[in-house]
Amino acid sequence: MPTNELHPNTWIDKYADYLFNYAITRVSDAEIAKDLVQETFFAGLKSAKNYKGEAAERTWLIAILKRKVIDHYRKINSKKGKAEIRMGYANMEDAEGDWLEEKVADPFSQSGEQSIENEELGLALQDCISKLPSKQKLVFTMKTIQGMNTEDICNELGINASNLWVMIHRSRTALMGCLNQNWF
Amino acid sequence: MISCEKAADICNKSQYNEATTWQIVRFKLHILLCKTCAVFTKKNTKLTHLCDQANLQQLQKEDKEAMKAALKKELQ
Repeated sequence: MPTNELHPNTWIDKYADYLFNYAITRVSDAEIAKDLVQETFFAGLKSAKNYKGEAAERTWLIAILKRKVIDHYRKINSKKGKAEIRMGYANMEDAEGDWLEEKVADPFSQSGEQSIENEELGLALQDCISKLPSKQKLVFTMKTIQGMNTEDICNELGINASNLWVMIHRSRTALMGCLNQNWF
Repeated sequence: MISCEKAADICNKSQYNEATTWQIVRFKLHILLCKTCAVFTKKNTKLTHLCDQANLQQLQKEDKEAMKAALKKELQ
């Protein structure tokens, strides 16, 4: 029984940052990631009639974004395919025989694992942040992600420093609870 | 000794390097004696570390507004 519905008017407030983080970890370019998110929303609108309500709205949008990322790489594939592979062993006669072993052991595998973990962490964190009440979410992201100083946030939101720290405390406590199971 | 509420406040401020040295001294004394606050501090510091590690990115407010306008246009 389908229980989910689409609410395109709330997509940007609810999912833009989540999708953006998802995209940026895959394309490593903020401008391209932004375009992909925008295209995802448009594509979502276009295919809204095909939405059966079986998946959550965000899951459905992520599925579209995945396609967009693949399309992006297909488009630039011709350039990517020309990427050079530099072995650098051509004139190292002393190192004869060493190259095979060194090439088998992938020196980047560890950093690869790390980046996958960071990506999962980023999405988990983004998910938890999206569950915060809107004012707390705003204050937390301005302070923690954008790194704004206390005075500027207070001026922009018309609150005093005590209010800000109360909201920071509540949001951090909520995030600790939300992330607790997997990350603490 | 400072209250747990005050200790939590200093703990939060210190996550953003906004606690004064004197506040930190009093806070350290507090967590030496208060296990609950010591646990909270450990978790809070871990959260800061996770946020740094995740390197979260955010769309600019203007970008979101532009997206909203484009989407609204598309909706009409």
